[in-house]
Amino acid sequence: MIRVENVSFAYPGKEVIFQSFSWQVEKGESWAIIGPPGCGKTTLLYLLAGLRLPQEGVVLVNDQMVRRPRRQTGLILQDYGLLPWATVHQNTALGLTIRGVREPQRQAIVTQWLARLDIAGVSAQYPSQLSGGQRQRAAVARTLALEPDLLLMDEPFSSLDALTREGLQNMVIELGIESILTGVLVTHSIEEAVFLGKRILVLPLPPITQGTVIDNPMAGQLRYRGQPEFYRTCERVRQTVERVGHDGQG
Amino acid sequence: MGKAEGALATLSLFLAWQVAALAVQAPVLPGPLAVLAAFVHAMPRGLLWHTAVSAFRVVASILIAVGLAAPIGLVLGQIKRLDVVAAPLIYITYPIPKIVLLPIVLLFLGIGESSKIFIIALILFFQVLVVVRDASSGVRPELIYSVRSLGARRRQLLRYVYLPACLPAILTALRVSTGTAVAVLFFAESFATNSGLGYYILVEGWGRLAYPEMYSGVVAMSLLGFAIYLALDWLERRLCGWVQLGK
Repeated sequence: MIRVENVSFAYPGKEVIFQSFSWQVEKGESWAIIGPPGCGKTTLLYLLAGLRLPQEGVVLVNDQMVRRPRRQTGLILQDYGLLPWATVHQNTALGLTIRGVREPQRQAIVTQWLARLDIAGVSAQYPSQLSGGQRQRAAVARTLALEPDLLLMDEPFSSLDALTREGLQNMVIELGIESILTGVLVTHSIEEAVFLGKRILVLPLPPITQGTVIDNPMAGQLRYRGQPEFYRTCERVRQTVERVGHDGQG
Repeated sequence: MGKAEGALATLSLFLAWQVAALAVQAPVLPGPLAVLAAFVHAMPRGLLWHTAVSAFRVVASILIAVGLAAPIGLVLGQIKRLDVVAAPLIYITYPIPKIVLLPIVLLFLGIGESSKIFIIALILFFQVLVVVRDASSGVRPELIYSVRSLGARRRQLLRYVYLPACLPAILTALRVSTGTAVAVLFFAESFATNSGLGYYILVEGWGRLAYPEMYSGVVAMSLLGFAIYLALDWLERRLCGWVQLGK
């Protein structure tokens, strides 16, 4: 589904982040990307989303080179992704409106997703009137309403309190089971990476030439959290993150 | 401000005026009732027309200023390389009191409508330009990324992100500069013309020692400024409901 081939990238005037970096994601896989702060996790996501272009190498999604944001790729950011001047309903409808989906079809899709994410009751409210959890639900609704085949998430729940965060993590699993999506989640939380990522990519500090992949087949099950295997994997990921954070390449 | 507070403030103002008129006891300061009578009398006999002319000049200036400054401000806010060139130019020209350019404007544009509209539009232009540029460059990149990821191209980013982000700033800038605009209008209408409230106050009132008429013109000009202010307030409530939530 995703092929990152020999990608090199640096922000103008800054140090190189990726140097001949390659990585692959198969269809239907759910990945979590984790690494020390400032390692370039978000940059990798922007490269996949087509919001940044590599200076060398290519990013392919379904064998198509990514040169600009792709129609079937959904992106959910930590915060600030919703239009502050639009209601939850208008925000959820935004992608459909941009793509020219007309009423009443648009209305039907939006209503369905608002109900599914349990935010129908606040559809007339503005983002500033919502709780953090409701805001992220709206961001998820807006993205899923476009029926993406690839979902990219950048620290989507990191600004939320622990309980809300767990609730939304569960929601991702429930939604993921229903629709067969390929997912890439960037997170700084080891528990979140282990709970949601069937495969975990641990990135070292830049310049990054390769990451360490940890398989985590139990992820994506609601009862995984709290089991001994969950904690063992967390510990393994923690050690890897610490090792690559100190030693450079993983 | 509620209706009761508004009525109370108006009443206090009229009361202070009445007290001052009684204290002065001179034709140069007629009481509010005398002016009200003169106002009602003058309205259908020319004052309404002069008010309409003045209103046209201010509204035309506002529309031209916003129409020119908003797009330029949007472009400068988004394209850093252009802003680097334009910023010093704006920095130098912004503090120039534009009203001193009036004689030059009159020389170039003549004494008709265009010179009056031009000078007011020039003053508003800079106010709007600066706030739109700042509002547009202040839009968070995350917001742009997420809307772009929904498939938005430049035109849609403008429609759904930049314009609404700048709208409250434009309305605030206009509200702040309404007073200046009307003051400049008065000055521009004070010579070489035979229409507008400035002309009415100075020539038909002050020049003929017709004090109640002069005050009627002052009241009309105040009401004009107030009406523009109310209109902008209404627009803000209508178009920027989300801003009010934070207040």
